Amino acid sequence: MLPVLNNADSLAYFWPEMILTAGAMGVFLFDLAVAKSPRRILWLTVASLGVLAAAALATSHVAGLSPTPIGLFNGLLVLDPWAVFFKYLSWAVTALAILIAGPSLEVASERMGEYCALLLAVAVGMSLMASSTDMLMMVIGVELVSMVSYALAGFKKHDRKSSEAALKYVVYGGVASGMMLFGMSYLYGLLGTTNLVGTAARMNAQAAMLAQAGVAASVAGAGRVAMVVAVVLVLSGVGYKIASVPWHMWCPDVYEGAPTPFTAFLSVGPKAAGFALAVRILYGAMSVSGGADLATAVADVPWPQVVGVIAGLTMTVGNFAALNQTNLKRMLAYSSIAHAGYILMGVAAASETGSQSVALYLVVYLFMNLGAFLVVGIVGRLSGSESIFEYRGLSARAPFAAVAFAVFLFSLTGLPPLAGFVGKFHLFKALVDRGGSWQITLAIVGLLNSAVSLYYYARIVKAMFLDKPHTEERIAVPASYNLLLGALVGLVLVFGVYFDGLRQLAGSSVVLFGHS
Amino acid sequence: MSGLFDTQLLSVVVFVPAVFALLVLLFPKDEHGLIRVTSLVGMGVGLWVTGLLYARFDAHGPEFQQEVRVRWIDTLGASYHLGVDGLAVSLMLLTAVLGPLVVLASWDSVTHRTKEFHVALLVLQTAMLGALASMDLVLFYVFWEAMLVPMYLLIGVWGSEERQMAATKFFLYTLAGSLLMLVALLALYFIALPAPQRSFDYAAIYNSLLAATREVSLCQGRDPVGQCPGATPLALALLRYGPWMFAAFALAFAIKVPMFPLHTWLPDAHVQAPVAGSMILAGVMLKMGTFGFWRYAIPLFPVAARQLRPALAALAVTGIVYGAMMCLAQRDIKKLIAYSSVSHLGYCMLGMLALTTEGATGSAYQMLNHGVSTGALFLLFGMLYARRHTRLLSDYGGIAKVMPWFAALFLIITFSSIAVPGTNGFVGEFLVLLGTFKGTLPMVFGVLAASGVILGAAYMLWMVQRVFFGELTHRENLHLTDVTGRELATALPFVALVVVMGLSPQPFLERLAVSSEMFVARASFAQDSFHQSDEAVRMSVRPLPALPSPPLPAAPAPLPTADAMAPFKLGRPHPANLAVLPPERLLAAEPPPSRHGEEATP
Repeated sequence: MLPVLNNADSLAYFWPEMILTAGAMGVFLFDLAVAKSPRRILWLTVASLGVLAAAALATSHVAGLSPTPIGLFNGLLVLDPWAVFFKYLSWAVTALAILIAGPSLEVASERMGEYCALLLAVAVGMSLMASSTDMLMMVIGVELVSMVSYALAGFKKHDRKSSEAALKYVVYGGVASGMMLFGMSYLYGLLGTTNLVGTAARMNAQAAMLAQAGVAASVAGAGRVAMVVAVVLVLSGVGYKIASVPWHMWCPDVYEGAPTPFTAFLSVGPKAAGFALAVRILYGAMSVSGGADLATAVADVPWPQVVGVIAGLTMTVGNFAALNQTNLKRMLAYSSIAHAGYILMGVAAASETGSQSVALYLVVYLFMNLGAFLVVGIVGRLSGSESIFEYRGLSARAPFAAVAFAVFLFSLTGLPPLAGFVGKFHLFKALVDRGGSWQITLAIVGLLNSAVSLYYYARIVKAMFLDKPHTEERIAVPASYNLLLGALVGLVLVFGVYFDGLRQLAGSSVVLFGHS
Repeated sequence: MSGLFDTQLLSVVVFVPAVFALLVLLFPKDEHGLIRVTSLVGMGVGLWVTGLLYARFDAHGPEFQQEVRVRWIDTLGASYHLGVDGLAVSLMLLTAVLGPLVVLASWDSVTHRTKEFHVALLVLQTAMLGALASMDLVLFYVFWEAMLVPMYLLIGVWGSEERQMAATKFFLYTLAGSLLMLVALLALYFIALPAPQRSFDYAAIYNSLLAATREVSLCQGRDPVGQCPGATPLALALLRYGPWMFAAFALAFAIKVPMFPLHTWLPDAHVQAPVAGSMILAGVMLKMGTFGFWRYAIPLFPVAARQLRPALAALAVTGIVYGAMMCLAQRDIKKLIAYSSVSHLGYCMLGMLALTTEGATGSAYQMLNHGVSTGALFLLFGMLYARRHTRLLSDYGGIAKVMPWFAALFLIITFSSIAVPGTNGFVGEFLVLLGTFKGTLPMVFGVLAASGVILGAAYMLWMVQRVFFGELTHRENLHLTDVTGRELATALPFVALVVVMGLSPQPFLERLAVSSEMFVARASFAQDSFHQSDEAVRMSVRPLPALPSPPLPAAPAPLPTADAMAPFKLGRPHPANLAVLPPERLLAAEPPPSRHGEEATP
């Protein structure tokens, strides 16, 4: 059973979040101190990165404190390799989102302090999402991420699209949170606790009780339906965060309207946290270890199938909607919906390798998707447009950015020898290893979708390399951007060829409570 | 350096162009001369090391030689595994020979974005060499896909007017095929070996399928077809999915060959591509398709391949005749040469499908010949095009009067293309036809293919006649200059190859012999009339190097030569064999990451 610490003892394991919270407030104050400085953005960037670096150090410190998973705050949170993995991932995404914000010019210098502080707060929320073991804590984590994201989505105050994005985000987010809470209330009613540890056993006991003689068939049936409904409703909260069908409608508008650095963040960070949560609820809490590598659904709740159907729908809708987009940000928004579908395949596999492939894919996705948004941000800033029209002949106007963008797009398609292929391969492998007929069918749907996605990615590549530019004027990409692009391209290439280390990192992180 | 050449020669061969591509990337983009010279040097060095490789290849040695194997991704069972058989090493030589000539051929004609052009050429060279040398399916697929993008750019950026359409068509066709192949590769990976031993190593996969292939072959003979009580799960899987996997591989390779009716991308691509693109496309890339059939599709699924053999052979013959007929109807010279490729590659496919040693050898030789002759035709026509900027037959005539040297060169290459005795083409086509008549294919295939030879002579000579002889009807053609020194230097190696390969084919054929025999044995494996044992067709390759964690033999072991790498039986590595691994190789192996404690051999 999971050892649980009381509130006071838990603080020693809570350094990263405490540092970030203090850092978020500190950045506000620091902003006042450097308000007059011409290098305000630079100072704020450095300070925020410093806070994140301190948080990363603290994370490695607390991760070393306990070799086995340990419950914190009387079981509200857990510190296990899975949580630690996603903490690092969250810090990395946040750091990149802050790093690219300054040069993008979409965040005015007098508002940079707010931007950094808010992002640090989101980072805390993502960490809570990834490590919560209690439904209440989950809601708090999701809400923390959502609330701050609403503010960031509407960050461009006088921009109609940005405000519209924020409003849409709020409305959808409110509904999704409500549904999730409603589902949790059912679960609480059925199981008698909000804690997820041991949910599987309790659900099985509940199902057994309902199946007992003496319980009227109608009651038993109703109980089972309630359980399925509860799980599906809880999933909708997660589905909203990862932008899966049918909770994806907010995604294109918000991505288009929000400032690009935040869009890049949104497409990776909260999504990763959502997946961490999904795996924790579904694979961690609602399945039982059967054999070395396999987990099966409990209490007749067919969640792998449900997730599988959602995965298939999500990738299909995302890819087909992306085909006709001419605004690059919208196209990447639909592409990120499709990618949520791919990653859900790993969740649907309901196995250790499946969870591992989810973690692995998210790392790879971080690099390639952030890279793609980075290019869109640069071109958008320097040419003032996000239309595909602007990308015609980009290879002549900004050669390095064009090559880098092509690498990211091919990686998103999943072509070897790029990191995206490695990620997708592991997702497919996890499904095929399970070997059931619907798993194979889902894998085939995924493959077909990859082929479809190639069309719209290749369309951009064609525009960049083959079409004539509408103007010969070169786009002067700042050196700092080129450096960052180069680093991301390097990572995408390296992970495409040598990924054993990454795979092992992801593999060793799949230690959740309930599965060891 | 010599140590590197002894143990890693194949890696050097594959990656020399890529290293020079990196070098070119570092140059400022306006240094056109420097970029050209560096690329030429890179290709030259590549040719030198490939020549070394070819010379070291022992025609009577084991099937796969000069192997390089380093641990790569243990958890997936993929390793960095290179190795060449006779066909691969010959095609690599062809690739390396074309390399410098391609750079020379585009010396004057490519003037904008020179840097990108040469980087694309060099990267493409590495990708092609790598695809030929890979012994691991992941590695093979990576190189295979890596060929796609540079060629797409070569056509799409430096091509002529309709280049975008042609590049897109090329891209879509090839990618559709290779995605199918990827699916088949993954299916193969999951089916061939049970989970803990899964491997992407080609030899491991091939060997694991042998017993099942025999079972499937027995099943096929039974009535009702496909009833296999007591078959192993692997055999059942192979029976059920084998034809589909073969179809996926075959489609991918057939698009590349290209076989009728999947050839429609080829004329467009050839016509629109720059000289360099056409030369590489015709010279090497089309052979990737035939090489794929030879190395992968047919040996892996011999039963399915034999079922589809009549259909494939019929398509090959159709390609021969249809390509020739289309040539007769062309008014565009580049298109004519492109359709002649469809016809010639039909011979390669037919010879292979004859399943006789003569046919297979002829097919392999014809791959080399076609690379030389069609590469040269595109090169020579490129020279003409640079002077006149028209591709239409009707715009020429009487050119021999103003360009006698050029006409002579063109005529020699034409002879090679139409297989005049004494040229290389004759040897190849003769062997293919001989093999086809000797084999079990219906006689009519041989007859039709032979008629293709006549048609070939007709369209080529007719083209030569209309371009070079007769009256000088066009005023513009009056003042064409004859070949320059650089052009002569580019063309003469081709002429030399035509003559040498025609008059003294033995050194070349000799290296193809083992490869051809093994191909025929594998393609006929488990057929009633052939009684090979599993051992006869088993692939023996170097085992995966052991993890460096156990103590190494202290004394520095002697560096093995190609001969010392005696065939290692897969699955039963002799301890003595492991001990002769050179220390470099062991150091190059990756740190011990294995979670499951997997052992060295799959």
